[in-house]
Amino acid sequence: MAQEGQQHPLGIYFWIWGLLFVLSFFSYMVDYINFQGPLRWTLILVFMFLKAGFIIAIFMHMTWERLALKLAILAPPIFIGVLIWLMAVEGNHTELTRIEFFGESTFVPEEVHH
Amino acid sequence: MSDAATMDGLPGGSKGVVTDFSADRQAFHVPWGKAMMWIFLLSDTFIFSCFLVGYMHVRMAATDPWPFPSEVFALSFGGDPIPLILIAIMTFILITSSGTMALAVNMGYRKDKKKTFWLMVATALLGASFVGMQAFEWSKLIEEGVRPWGNPFGAAQFGSSFFMITGFHGLHVSAGVIYLLVVANRVRTGFYERRGDNYEIVEITGLYWHFVDLVWVFIFAFFYLW
Repeated sequence: MAQEGQQHPLGIYFWIWGLLFVLSFFSYMVDYINFQGPLRWTLILVFMFLKAGFIIAIFMHMTWERLALKLAILAPPIFIGVLIWLMAVEGNHTELTRIEFFGESTFVPEEVHH
Repeated sequence: MSDAATMDGLPGGSKGVVTDFSADRQAFHVPWGKAMMWIFLLSDTFIFSCFLVGYMHVRMAATDPWPFPSEVFALSFGGDPIPLILIAIMTFILITSSGTMALAVNMGYRKDKKKTFWLMVATALLGASFVGMQAFEWSKLIEEGVRPWGNPFGAAQFGSSFFMITGFHGLHVSAGVIYLLVVANRVRTGFYERRGDNYEIVEITGLYWHFVDLVWVFIFAFFYLW
């Protein structure tokens, strides 16, 4: 019953904890091994969504909530996809307009020193 | 294992959605504080999404080359600089704190005051060390000439996105540390026990803390790795 709160065996938390460590290590390796292009982006997104999913589902107990709460909280963020699409179109347009009116960038980046 | 998805006397699935929303009294069968925290987190999701989408837009629209986060956030311990190492350590610290928080919630429902208190204190300390590392990262970048209006390594928008996004996240972590310490102290003094609460406040605090970790997952992927 929800009134008694979310009580689950400890084991599942340790499993998810370990899994999050492994997934974080993998996503760091994407940068360390220096994957580039579509492979890099795919791997970043896969590890990101897996981590986010496990945190929401297990640590935040969403798996064990009723569907009404699940839908009320998880459905609205889907609309962020529309914003991403709109801003991506707009971003491309802005870049092309800038190149057309101001020309290509002449910026020479400095070396990063540590 | 308690399972709220199949409550006694109430239908589950899509039929359950209709029943819950047409009940006229209570749509969400959770303590009101928990429902409110979820709704707050939903609104916070939109705030962080706006920042990240704004960052995506300025990065796409910038004609100057975007600085390589892998190089900019590299750190050298005497030898060759290790790419992104500080950010990786910060990520692991935040995950560790999420784990201790999850255990604290569990111990709370077991009415183990002592363990709940210390696990929450551990979570707060890990959070504070995360903020400390972020302060170090900020001062290092400022020293190297990164400003909200420009930087020596590439597109000017890099600085503004960086300070805005990580700053707002760091503010959330700092607020979370204070929140955790307040609740932990009340657990220790028996405040919730006297009030007859079921330590659900620990779970609500936990929701906030896991959300802060969740946001970092997205910042790590989109700002530091992309």
